[in-house]
Amino acid sequence: MTLPDLSALWLTLKLAAIVTALLLLFGTPLALWLARSRSRLRPVAEALTALPLVLPPTVLGFYLLLAFNPNAAFGRFWLELTGHTLTFSFTGLVLASLIYSLPFAVQPLQTAFSALGAAPGETAASLGASPLDAFLTVTLPLSLRGYLTAAVLTFAHTIGEFGVVLMVGGNIPGETRLISIAIYERVETLDYAAAHGLSALLLLFSFAILLGLYILNGRTRIGLRA
Amino acid sequence: MTCLDLSICLQHADFTMTVREVLPVSGVTAIFGPSGAGKTTLLRAIAGFDRAEGRIAFAGEVWQDAARFVPPHRRRIASVFQQPRLFTHLDVSGNLAYAARRSGQTDAVTAMAARFGVTPLMDRRIHGLSGGEAQRVALARALLTNPRLILMDEPLSALDHVGRTEILPYIESLRDEAKVPVIYVSHSLSEVTRLATNVLALASGRVLRFGLAGDVLSDPAAAAAFGAEETGCLISATVRGMTGDGLCELVFSGGTILTPERMGDSGDRVRLFVRARDVMLARHRPEGLSALNILPTRVISVATAGSASAEVRLDCSGTALSARITQRSAMALGLAPGVDCFAILKTVTLARD
Repeated sequence: MTLPDLSALWLTLKLAAIVTALLLLFGTPLALWLARSRSRLRPVAEALTALPLVLPPTVLGFYLLLAFNPNAAFGRFWLELTGHTLTFSFTGLVLASLIYSLPFAVQPLQTAFSALGAAPGETAASLGASPLDAFLTVTLPLSLRGYLTAAVLTFAHTIGEFGVVLMVGGNIPGETRLISIAIYERVETLDYAAAHGLSALLLLFSFAILLGLYILNGRTRIGLRA
Repeated sequence: MTCLDLSICLQHADFTMTVREVLPVSGVTAIFGPSGAGKTTLLRAIAGFDRAEGRIAFAGEVWQDAARFVPPHRRRIASVFQQPRLFTHLDVSGNLAYAARRSGQTDAVTAMAARFGVTPLMDRRIHGLSGGEAQRVALARALLTNPRLILMDEPLSALDHVGRTEILPYIESLRDEAKVPVIYVSHSLSEVTRLATNVLALASGRVLRFGLAGDVLSDPAAAAAFGAEETGCLISATVRGMTGDGLCELVFSGGTILTPERMGDSGDRVRLFVRARDVMLARHRPEGLSALNILPTRVISVATAGSASAEVRLDCSGTALSARITQRSAMALGLAPGVDCFAILKTVTLARD
């Protein structure tokens, strides 16, 4: 494997790790709300959360590109806040991936919280635990499987993203050149040998992750709903 | 006396519950009524799990009104549910410690475990426990929160007969120590008869009657809470012993009662329930009758109950009895307040499962 390929691999893993960590953190309150709320807004929020599942990545990428543009409201806000633009930057990739992989984190968590029900949390409250205490000491440990599923799916899905990255990230080595982009480039330059190596790596990686997940989950469903 | 001041209204899709009542809570207060009466709904509002409209105050402290809402974990209410709801990611001692740490009672765990007989279970996982064992752990865990009030939502209904007889004495001992008041939701007449100090009779989201157990259970106005045929009277009696021919002899203020089943050991205090429809009346002491229990009584009142029935309230040397007979019989016997007659008890239910 060449040095540029290693760099792309490392960047991809870094992106996937950051996105997974952030989505588990911020996806938790959203998933809890979706699992417990009886609000009329819930179906709307559920549909929005599931949208990245069905939307072509290029469509999502296109809108994100428009939003990230320094002339657009959000892009300008970000530029004034941080002094950097979001388009064609690693930070932009992280933000885009957070949206792109959102359902893969939220849906397994929501499924886990729904299956658990409100009873353990209420029981903890009746034993004197504050809501945060009850979540950390009861709901979280009893939902570990959901977290594992969410983490694996989010991580794997982020690693495989291509369309969104191409739209908002481009192909800047060390900054936005992810492994899927690297493969695409190899094929375009007819370097099939290198493309083979990287592709086989991704294939094996994806299969290993899914196999591990299905073994751990036993007969239970992964919990994804489009 | 500690009071629970309820003035709440709760609406679901097709159900409205309105409760305005100041309940003096001491011993066991049973919330009693058929399923769908709103018993659990009321309990959840008291616990703070659901937010009702209105005001709830306990011992002078407002838990909920227009301006404030004390969250469940600050009310110091312990809840014991139908299912034990033990935390499966902890073992038995972990479950007890969970409550004890949050109430600063870690020193009390050992004694509490011993009191509920769960000391040998401390290292066990939750999945391996029997229903009765799990509910005993749940009771010990609830008490370790050092509660001011304990709510129990049909804690026996998920147990088999063995489990129930295992748990009941612990709830009775809670009542008799009278340190922490218990609110006990049930639709089982025998549980209420055995445990309740006070009864709140509830039907279709309305309070039919609140008062001492004996008064409410004999009140025809509260009959809807336990089915029209189920009114009756509570008798407190003491077991004298077994007769030579296998009957259990019980003594109460109005005389003795014989039952074909063993009710307890000599000297045990028991509560009996006599359904009004299981009491026949006669103006003269009947002879040649197979019934064992014939008690002299005096009529207090005769009231119509339903189209053809009459509810006759009787005084049996200080113990109240009631009989449900037809209006025709009441006329034929000439029953009126002050008339002496004999009550024939067809069956007697021991107030236990």
